[in-house]
Amino acid sequence: MTDSCEKVLIVGSGPAGLTAAIYAARADLAPLMIEGMERGGQLMLTTDVENYPGFPDGIMGPELMDNMRKQAERFGTRIVSSDVTQVDFGAYPFKVWVNDDLYHAESVIVSTGASARWLGVPGEERLRGYGVSACATCDGFFFRDKELAVVGGGDSAMEEALFLTKFASKVTIIHRRDEFRASKIMTHRALDHPKIEVIWDTTVQEVLGDKEVTGLRLENVKTGEETEFAVDGLFLAIGHTPNTSVFGDQLDLDDAGYIVVHEGTRTSVEGVFAAGDVVDHTYRQAVTAAGMGCQAAIDAERWLDEQT
Amino acid sequence: MSANTVTADDATFSQIVADSTPSLVDFWAEWCGPCKMMDRPLEELAAEKAGKLKVVKLNVDENQATAMQYGVMSIPTLIVFQDGQEVKRLVGARSKAQLETELADFLR
Repeated sequence: MTDSCEKVLIVGSGPAGLTAAIYAARADLAPLMIEGMERGGQLMLTTDVENYPGFPDGIMGPELMDNMRKQAERFGTRIVSSDVTQVDFGAYPFKVWVNDDLYHAESVIVSTGASARWLGVPGEERLRGYGVSACATCDGFFFRDKELAVVGGGDSAMEEALFLTKFASKVTIIHRRDEFRASKIMTHRALDHPKIEVIWDTTVQEVLGDKEVTGLRLENVKTGEETEFAVDGLFLAIGHTPNTSVFGDQLDLDDAGYIVVHEGTRTSVEGVFAAGDVVDHTYRQAVTAAGMGCQAAIDAERWLDEQT
Repeated sequence: MSANTVTADDATFSQIVADSTPSLVDFWAEWCGPCKMMDRPLEELAAEKAGKLKVVKLNVDENQATAMQYGVMSIPTLIVFQDGQEVKRLVGARSKAQLETELADFLR
């Protein structure tokens, strides 16, 4: 489509991508952002963000992302609202396709983030949208006075469970271990909540229901005992997988599929940088992603300078 | 909100989807992030397929009776109606290209 060559092309529009865009735009690199279908990333699926510095009263996730987007646009970031479908990092300038549209770029920042993971048990996919969900803020509304289960043991599981208490009559957290890995504050909030109960040491083996979720088949991992548990909905918060399928054969990935970086945000291809949850399986915070996005923009700017 | 889409509510819904021309109904809400991703693809589809496909927006927050009647439990949910009958259902956000592929039968 275009014959022009971008200085910096950013893939993804979460905190990492948008922070990279703000920095690259302010460095006069006129970045082009392919924001993707999941515009704004995982924060679009959250409600209150209480740990992003600078917002003493918290801020809604979608509002935070809208603000970052406006800030990126204010300094001249151009935004394409589609998913990248193919890349060629073997060629230079790099080639990035969005369906039939081809973009050339001197440097690329990959910040495609991670997506919610599914259990992969029988019934789960069939009942998606009929009681199985990975987005409490989207779907909790439909479960007023119903009984729900949340699977997971991290902060996002606690957040989902707490959010769902606004609608549900009872929320049961099902966790495969005997303690949560969630932060202390979130664990206490969940455990102290009168509507929340916990089933420890237990995994979901099957989602039951003909047209809608009616229950779960559970297995106690210590005793092996199987039970059926009646619920009207199942919400998943069992972590994330990095969105790297488009880059799989082009960049070095680790065993879990995350992009491997060295010396800051450099990937295995010179001129291609990566930032945020697509790299980071340790911290996975909005603020750490934003920090890495800033690093990637600075790394890209310096690298472009070295090329001339 | 837009020139090319139709806004339905509990009172007007059954009349709006009664046509033999297919109606694509977007069940959405203000607080749903993935629903917002659908705004642009649906708007473009509505403009390009005018006369072949009617794009209808239904706010589930304000119109819970219709959402419940069709057992919507997750949004965005897109349902195609023809002659008042549900003929296809898509749950979850999609790109415009995906929509065109999945709705090909109704876009001819």
